[in-house]
Amino acid sequence: MDNESTYSGYSYKSSHSRSSRKHRERRDRHRSKNRDGSIRGEKSVVIQAPGESLLDADSPREDDRDDNWGETTTVVTGTSVDSISNEDLTQLSKDSDDSSALECRRYISPALGAILGFVSLITPLAFLALPQLLWRDSLDPCGTPCEGLYISLAFKLLILLISTWALFLRPPRAALPRFFVFRCLLLALVFLFVASYWLFYGVRVLDPRETDYRGIVGYAASLVDALLFIQYLALVLLEVRHLQPAFSLKVVRSTDGVSRFYNVGHLSIQRAAAWVLDQYYSDFPVYNPALLNLPKSILTKKMSAFKVYNLGEDNSTNNSTGQSRAMIAAAARRRDNSHNEYYYEEAEVERKVRKRKARLVVAVEEAFTHIKRHQQEDAVTSSPKHPREVMDPREAAQAIFAPMARAMQKYLRATRQQTYHSMESIISHLQFCITHNMTPKAFLERYLVPGPTLQYLDSNRGRRWTLVSEEPVTASLRQGHVFCLRRLDLSLIVTVTPLPFLHIAEEFIDPKSHKFVMKLQSETSV
Amino acid sequence: MSFVPGQPVTAVVERVEIQKLRQGENLILGFSIGGGIDQDPGQNPFSEDKSDKGIYVTRISPKGPADLAGLKMGDKIMQVNGWDMTMVTHDQARKKLTKKREDVVRLLVTRKSLEEAVKHSKCSYPKH
Repeated sequence: MDNESTYSGYSYKSSHSRSSRKHRERRDRHRSKNRDGSIRGEKSVVIQAPGESLLDADSPREDDRDDNWGETTTVVTGTSVDSISNEDLTQLSKDSDDSSALECRRYISPALGAILGFVSLITPLAFLALPQLLWRDSLDPCGTPCEGLYISLAFKLLILLISTWALFLRPPRAALPRFFVFRCLLLALVFLFVASYWLFYGVRVLDPRETDYRGIVGYAASLVDALLFIQYLALVLLEVRHLQPAFSLKVVRSTDGVSRFYNVGHLSIQRAAAWVLDQYYSDFPVYNPALLNLPKSILTKKMSAFKVYNLGEDNSTNNSTGQSRAMIAAAARRRDNSHNEYYYEEAEVERKVRKRKARLVVAVEEAFTHIKRHQQEDAVTSSPKHPREVMDPREAAQAIFAPMARAMQKYLRATRQQTYHSMESIISHLQFCITHNMTPKAFLERYLVPGPTLQYLDSNRGRRWTLVSEEPVTASLRQGHVFCLRRLDLSLIVTVTPLPFLHIAEEFIDPKSHKFVMKLQSETSV
Repeated sequence: MSFVPGQPVTAVVERVEIQKLRQGENLILGFSIGGGIDQDPGQNPFSEDKSDKGIYVTRISPKGPADLAGLKMGDKIMQVNGWDMTMVTHDQARKKLTKKREDVVRLLVTRKSLEEAVKHSKCSYPKH
């Protein structure tokens, strides 16, 4: 895995010199405030603005500074969001502490819902059981109508149970910043409902020890009916309402401009954000920061035309900005040929990529011809003089990996994908393809096209995104809303436009009305 | 030469008299016609107005009777022996031209150069 090492302004010194340790403590105190901000986040790209410039105003005051600190510094930063850098490994333990506290919060709402659901399911049974337990002897006997009600009660409870299990008992897939308004509304409704039923039950049945048992059973049956209707309301509000498309969301990734359009129904901003992120992971090609910028050779050529000389002044920051502004102004006035170079450079890169791709395809095809599936019948017919070695998929993959390794490596380097595919992952993918009888082209599909982000994720960790919005996030989507989903290194900007109202008119065409004439142009000699 | 429905058509015409030539069984005139109200006027290479469905001369056989009489390629035939040719089908035009009992056909044809010639002559001679 490639890790670029950049040299930044602060130093992370080795611990075996006492003098430098004192120096480090002093520097660490300065930097403690801006370090906390970047520890959070599992994709931690530690971005430290250099706290002090290279020529430190403090340093002449210290007698025991380490003169070699410039050379011994390397800062390892994660260059691509989907690779694990060293920081991630060391901070993994810190993350697990943080996230355990936050994960409890994720389960509060389902727990509340579960308790309320359990109580409301038990309530009708309690309504029926309590009179039997407490004043059994004084109850009126109740014959066939009660039995009918018992049966209907039992089946309605069963249906409630099954549909609750099917619809609501699912682990939540997203932790939203604010409460989900509809769900809270429904929970409050159920609570009020059940509470009022208990209130009436307590006042009308338990206190005066009501003897009309059929009435009590009817009361319990009406509770179950009403619960079924509340569940219908919940189904409509939570699941069905947002299915009819009403808005078109345009999602643009800020770093490289990849955009998609999606149709959604009436959702709140936070739910729409969760939905957009689901689509993001499977639709958007993975973000490769190495593919972004214009080659440096082109950009620096603009500046290098002018050499600016300092006549005896210190190299302070004020003058350098003044110089660069002057250079920019002068460069803008001069005729700009960098588009030419960009064009040729791009053509060159494309040619290189195509050449390497051709080599890779040929190497892979050839490699795949070296193995073939071992049929059971062959074991009988193959002669004992040439026993063929029978391998399992892993060994077969390792055997044919060698001839294609170099071509694969060069191709990945040319397309800057080498950080996403380690040798281990290539071999395991090869093993997978061999097991399922895939052709070389199917094996290569993964490398020739940058796949969706989901393909490169390890799914055991949650993804942290920040929703940035000017309106409150529980507000419903409306035309012209713009909100951002931000992560440490990229952000998705989502714009909402309503879908147009369609006027569809009808026109009837008689099938007999399809008639044709020849376009004649005859010439007759007379 | 554009046709406005309901209005009379005015054109400068030339009188051409063609003697039919006997070739074996047939009497031939030595030219070909195209056009007609049942044809596609857009494909007529000789007409100025592409909605003109009149009968046009599309080909003249050299040294034939029509050539000798002075008929030119691209002429629009307005009348044949008194019969109107501006609103006829292609077949009706052919029939009017190839009547076996007639030896001579007298055509009234028009072409663009006739209009120009008249205009020229009107301008060059002052009115008195």
